[in-house]
Amino acid sequence: MATTKRTVEVALGTSGIDSQGRPYRAPVTVQENGGVTTLEPPEPIEPDLAGEHMLINIGPQHPATHGVLRLVLELDGETVVRCIPHIGYLHCGFEKIGEYRQYNQVIPWTDREDYLNSIGNNVAFALGAERLFGIEITPRCTVLRVIAMELSRIISHLVWLGTTCIDIGAFSPFLWAFEQRERVYELLESWVGARLTTSATRVGGMAADIPNGWVDKLRDFLRTFPKVVDEIDRVLTTNGIWVGRTVGLGVMTAEEAINYGLSGPMIRASGVAYDVRKDFPYLDYETYDFEVPVGTNGDVYDRFLVRLEELRQSTRILVQAVDRLPDGPINTSDHRVILPPKSKAMSDMESMIHHFKQVMEGPRPPIGEAYVAVESPKGEKGYYMVSDGTAKPVRWRIRPPSFVNLSAIPKMVEGHLLSDVIAINASIDIVMGEIDR
Amino acid sequence: MNPMLLLMQANAFTHFYNPAAPISGAPWLWFTILKLLVVFTVIMVGVAYLTLAERKISAWIQDRYGPNRVGPQGLFQPLADGLKNIMKEETYPDGAYKPLFILAPMMSFIPALITFAVIPFAAPLHTRWGYVTMSIANAPIGFLYILAITSLGVYGIVLAGWSSNNKYSLLGGLRSSAQMVSYEVAMGMATVAVLLLAGNVSLEGIVEQQVHSGWNAFPLLIGFFIFLVAAFAETNRLPFDLPEAESELIAGYHTEYSAMKFSMFFIAEYSNMITASALMTTLFFGGWSVPFWTSVNVAPWVWWKTLITLIAFTIKVVFFLFLFMWVRWTLPRFRYDQLMGLGWKFMLPVALGYIVIMSGALLVLQAVGIAPDARWLGFVPVYWAILGILNLVLAALVFVVLDRGRIVSPAYSRIEAARIARLRARSVRSALTPVEGD
Repeated sequence: MATTKRTVEVALGTSGIDSQGRPYRAPVTVQENGGVTTLEPPEPIEPDLAGEHMLINIGPQHPATHGVLRLVLELDGETVVRCIPHIGYLHCGFEKIGEYRQYNQVIPWTDREDYLNSIGNNVAFALGAERLFGIEITPRCTVLRVIAMELSRIISHLVWLGTTCIDIGAFSPFLWAFEQRERVYELLESWVGARLTTSATRVGGMAADIPNGWVDKLRDFLRTFPKVVDEIDRVLTTNGIWVGRTVGLGVMTAEEAINYGLSGPMIRASGVAYDVRKDFPYLDYETYDFEVPVGTNGDVYDRFLVRLEELRQSTRILVQAVDRLPDGPINTSDHRVILPPKSKAMSDMESMIHHFKQVMEGPRPPIGEAYVAVESPKGEKGYYMVSDGTAKPVRWRIRPPSFVNLSAIPKMVEGHLLSDVIAINASIDIVMGEIDR
Repeated sequence: MNPMLLLMQANAFTHFYNPAAPISGAPWLWFTILKLLVVFTVIMVGVAYLTLAERKISAWIQDRYGPNRVGPQGLFQPLADGLKNIMKEETYPDGAYKPLFILAPMMSFIPALITFAVIPFAAPLHTRWGYVTMSIANAPIGFLYILAITSLGVYGIVLAGWSSNNKYSLLGGLRSSAQMVSYEVAMGMATVAVLLLAGNVSLEGIVEQQVHSGWNAFPLLIGFFIFLVAAFAETNRLPFDLPEAESELIAGYHTEYSAMKFSMFFIAEYSNMITASALMTTLFFGGWSVPFWTSVNVAPWVWWKTLITLIAFTIKVVFFLFLFMWVRWTLPRFRYDQLMGLGWKFMLPVALGYIVIMSGALLVLQAVGIAPDARWLGFVPVYWAILGILNLVLAALVFVVLDRGRIVSPAYSRIEAARIARLRARSVRSALTPVEGD
């Protein structure tokens, strides 16, 4: 029985120290007929002048890796010859936990995977669950969810912008961005009572309606926010050092971007106008007037420009959404998923049964499966859930855009310098909570 | 003026006190010690308050308050920081080479402090024993001394990077040595023009020349620009703070340092900033001289002239310190190859060409017969104006011809796939080489 065993990657990750104190990697072994033979080394192609390569760990504890990403880099001088991303340091088993939770109880877990886009995840999960349940949401809820999605896109892009500025060495735009993010968080706090872990949606509606005067506060934000975007634009876009640090870095052509399955600003920067909001509209996005910014070169600079423009387009969508926000209930009247009012439950037999069933065993969808993709700030975010007719999903699965986008990092950084690894890694806009789940 | 001569005089007791002559003998010694103590104290306190200023200015740029808890408006914050650093535990990494690990902060700290010794910071002070020059050592080779001592600072950084036995530190140290060596060349070249104009390497002499023929910043505009950029690189400040680029190298060469040893690197950085600012002031902005009030800048010396010129010097230095901070909180950071490209492919050729052009211009002016202190219509400094206009033309040429894209080139340095494959083959081969005892 011939078994082939290759241990290159594992050995690279766990290098040892030889008797001279130099790092080495375990040899590649091929196991054949039970015996171990060492592969012959390939013929030397060029004289070994530069000496050995240096292995360097970027992360999991490093100021520039976003979250606990670990990149093992093989450096020839400062040039990256090989890059191997290691993930899993933040694995929490969200998807498995979801199998033991009712649908509404899964929503808090969606807060914690892509925690920069938590309210957007809530909306996306609720959309998926509603497709599974086969229920319609009210017009007011639809518009509120659009507002939630776009606010969370603004938060996420602002964090991206700030952290990328820090990674490239400009500190001030980081705080300018975070000040605006703080304003959005204040809005969210006064709406749902939480800043980061919002848990704002329920299957069939929202957890809470917006408070009085909230719309005015949002309008105030929308009026002043574009000025800050313009300011950051002025400081960075034509800055010689910024351009020099980002142009031509981590180039993905349109073809490569599609082959790697990239989505979101990553694929749009490469010139592919793929936006779930336009191509597979949800929440009536087709009725909003906005544009999908598209880059040409697919480098870090284009990703920056695309995200900057998306901030403006999100503001534009928000202005339209606020203008069309209708009155009415936020929750559907379908009492299979939304509790009937307490007074009715105490007086009406059918309402009381709905109330009892929901409290005791939770809303139960029909047997089936549903997949909903939304345009999260990072890209195409998908929620897939399978129901066997009980109140808990038998399988819940996330399609994390960061994970797919991160898979292209070896392709993007190899051949660049160490400093460029940081800039490219920043440009992907990863959130490890979403990657490791 | 010659210190040796002064010493000999002091030893021989042959002098007598003359208020119009330079101070000599025992009073010279006492005044030198006094100046030493005062300058040391001022620099150390200045460094402490520069850290506060940096934090306050960055806060101002970033729409926040900055430190405001310790004392009124956070004024005692540097005190608290200093106390904290003294009381913290000194840690030593296991694999560090201890002697150099301990020595390195001192080696970066000491040159940073002693460079200030030759910089004149005010007009000479009149005393009954003779006048006292307001620099610790009025060395005739002042500028050469500064070039020599500031180069020593790189040893501290390189040794810190190497002795820490940390890859990030090592990379930081390597980057720093390359950067400081490259930019020192451009810096030295840029100042040659000043020395040509002054005909002197004594900093006192350079200040005196500027008192008579106007500040050098205008007639030597390009020289000043190159010096300014090189000064940013020499002090490892943004946009040239690659040795400690936190996003790539954690904290670069001082990643493994803690407590007071870390603090020493910090003090070294800020006193380097003070020295660089003082140097720019002295070489290009008339040193301690007060503009438009010439009678203050010349003898006879009286005590209030010293005071006013000291204030003028301080204002100029503070302006440059502010510039350092302003730039730091505005610009992103260069990449390593861009930094090297800027140093060697742009600054050095420009500085070399500039020396040639400026010496030619000086020769022509001499041949035509325009003296450095000539005034057209009694008040227009001809010499100054001609050189200044020449510099403006050159500056326009330099910045238009060499546009931004060429000076700071984007990342076209990516090596192609075939070469990566070759490098990888090599790395796999070295991994395959059987290791003894494996």
